[in-house]
Amino acid sequence: MARAVSTQTKIGWTIAAWIVALLIFFPILYTVITSFKTENEAISGFNMIPSFTLDSYREVQSQYNYFRPFMNSVVIAVGSTVLALLVAVPAAWAMAFSPTKHTKDILMWMLSTKMMPAVAVLVPIYLIFLRTGLMDTRIGLVIVLMLMNLPIVVWMLYTYFREIPGEILEAARMDGATLQQEIVHVLTPMAVPGIASTLLLNVILAWNESFWTIQLTTTNAAPLSAFIASFSSPQGLFWAKLSAASVMAIAPILIMGWFSQKQLVRGLTFGAVK
Amino acid sequence: MGSITLKNVRKAFGDVEVIPGVDLNIEDGEFVVFVGPSGCGKSTLLRLIAGLEDVTSGSIQIDGKDVTDAGPAKRGLAMVFQSYALYPHMSVRKNIAFPLKMAKMPEAEQEKRVAHAAKILNLDSYLERKPGQLSGGQRQRVAIGRAIVREPAAFLFDEPLSNLDAALRVNMRVEISELHNNLKTTMIYVTHDQVEAMTMADKIVVLRAGNVEQVGSPMELYSRPANKFVAGFIGSPNMNFIEGEGAAKHGAHTIGIRPEHWQLSTTEGAFPGTVGVAEHLGSDTFLHIQLDDGTPIIARAEGERDIHHGDKIFLTPQEGRIYKFSQNGLAA
Repeated sequence: MARAVSTQTKIGWTIAAWIVALLIFFPILYTVITSFKTENEAISGFNMIPSFTLDSYREVQSQYNYFRPFMNSVVIAVGSTVLALLVAVPAAWAMAFSPTKHTKDILMWMLSTKMMPAVAVLVPIYLIFLRTGLMDTRIGLVIVLMLMNLPIVVWMLYTYFREIPGEILEAARMDGATLQQEIVHVLTPMAVPGIASTLLLNVILAWNESFWTIQLTTTNAAPLSAFIASFSSPQGLFWAKLSAASVMAIAPILIMGWFSQKQLVRGLTFGAVK
Repeated sequence: MGSITLKNVRKAFGDVEVIPGVDLNIEDGEFVVFVGPSGCGKSTLLRLIAGLEDVTSGSIQIDGKDVTDAGPAKRGLAMVFQSYALYPHMSVRKNIAFPLKMAKMPEAEQEKRVAHAAKILNLDSYLERKPGQLSGGQRQRVAIGRAIVREPAAFLFDEPLSNLDAALRVNMRVEISELHNNLKTTMIYVTHDQVEAMTMADKIVVLRAGNVEQVGSPMELYSRPANKFVAGFIGSPNMNFIEGEGAAKHGAHTIGIRPEHWQLSTTEGAFPGTVGVAEHLGSDTFLHIQLDDGTPIIARAEGERDIHHGDKIFLTPQEGRIYKFSQNGLAA
């Protein structure tokens, strides 16, 4: 039976949804507003209307080199994602198309590693990084972030691959395709939307990661997340500058996310909704 | 050429034995139908022939060559799947040309063959469409087209019509039979529908629990079923079975009489009963009758009959149309 929804109820829900959305979005909005304030305005209490000064942006750019952490972020986010896909595509492929009775267990085990607090392995990883010379290097962060996100990447790809009917791959085999041709001509084109949204989500996760990036870098390999954190350092808090830096840090990924909304929504539903 | 020989082919999934051991000879150019209830192993048997599953033991030969360990691509067979299994990201043209592309055939020859197949199957005007824009019947045609262009040694059909509606199914059935007449290529067709089996096959293989129950032409199976299972499976509506006293009179444990082999009378006959539901189809009338001893019977009467629910009726099997079975179900 279809539920009859009165106009009143609809209006009520719409208002509620807007309030929740604004509550969630408010911190970001206030960060943007604060970034256009002077430092004096920024510490003088709640105020929604800034003086629209660009001083903070100028200062951040002149005193601290924005370009270097930005490039670090790009290299780390893209590098860890590509590396994760290289490992996860064959893994998910094998689990989706020739599962054994332990496939589910392995998947659950991989997911369970995400339930462990990262700080629990901080000391061993810190020591490993120190001794292997990976500390404060891009390659070190690429490896750590790849490992951190690998379970999610494998899970997402696995669910996408599961949606591809096995009969189509069998048809390709009957049509004389080798395993390689089957992957190139049939599987990959069909899996592109899934791989794309996995890639996008993982870039975002890696871009925003701040625990490991802050712990394992000092200056050389510090990405934007560590760059922001550096504004709450010894000299004290400079809210306007911190906000300006934050806006500059999240802007690229926000813009990318905006343009790929459709892919992302599909990605985040994990293929559950067809 | 496309003769296929199975020698003691066995298939087990783990501890579960699906095919305990099948020997089968398929002649070049034959239309062979594997039929049986669901779970009887008919699809598995087809997939073993296709090379999509590995045999546990035994051997498969195509044109006298052992292909038991050859991959599906090496066997020169084409398959039409139940779900059609078209490549959703390719146009109809590319779908049909795919096996040719894999075989690295020159483009000109590819185009010629695709055009030819499209003409046979009335797909000319759909070549640039994607499978998602086609109806079920058209998709089925594309799947068949993809099989035809390769000029395979044999076609394998895995319940190809079960996703179509009833009217379309009858049309496609005729089209596939027509295709077989034109191409004269070996076809192996899997179905659970005995009507498809009877109407299309040169040779029917009846399977139950992975065992071949009987192999023969449709009429052989109809008139000389090897056992009770085949007798009950072939023919529509199903054969009626009578046990006990009625059967003993004919010197058998069980006797079988097809619905179309009864003589009906309102006054006298061998088996008295009461009419239940009468299905009037115009050309025939199907009567659901309960014999006095409780056995349910279906009888077919030609044309319109003035028989109604609750009428008393007497049934007599036609002379020479009584199938006798021993206690273990074998034809006696």
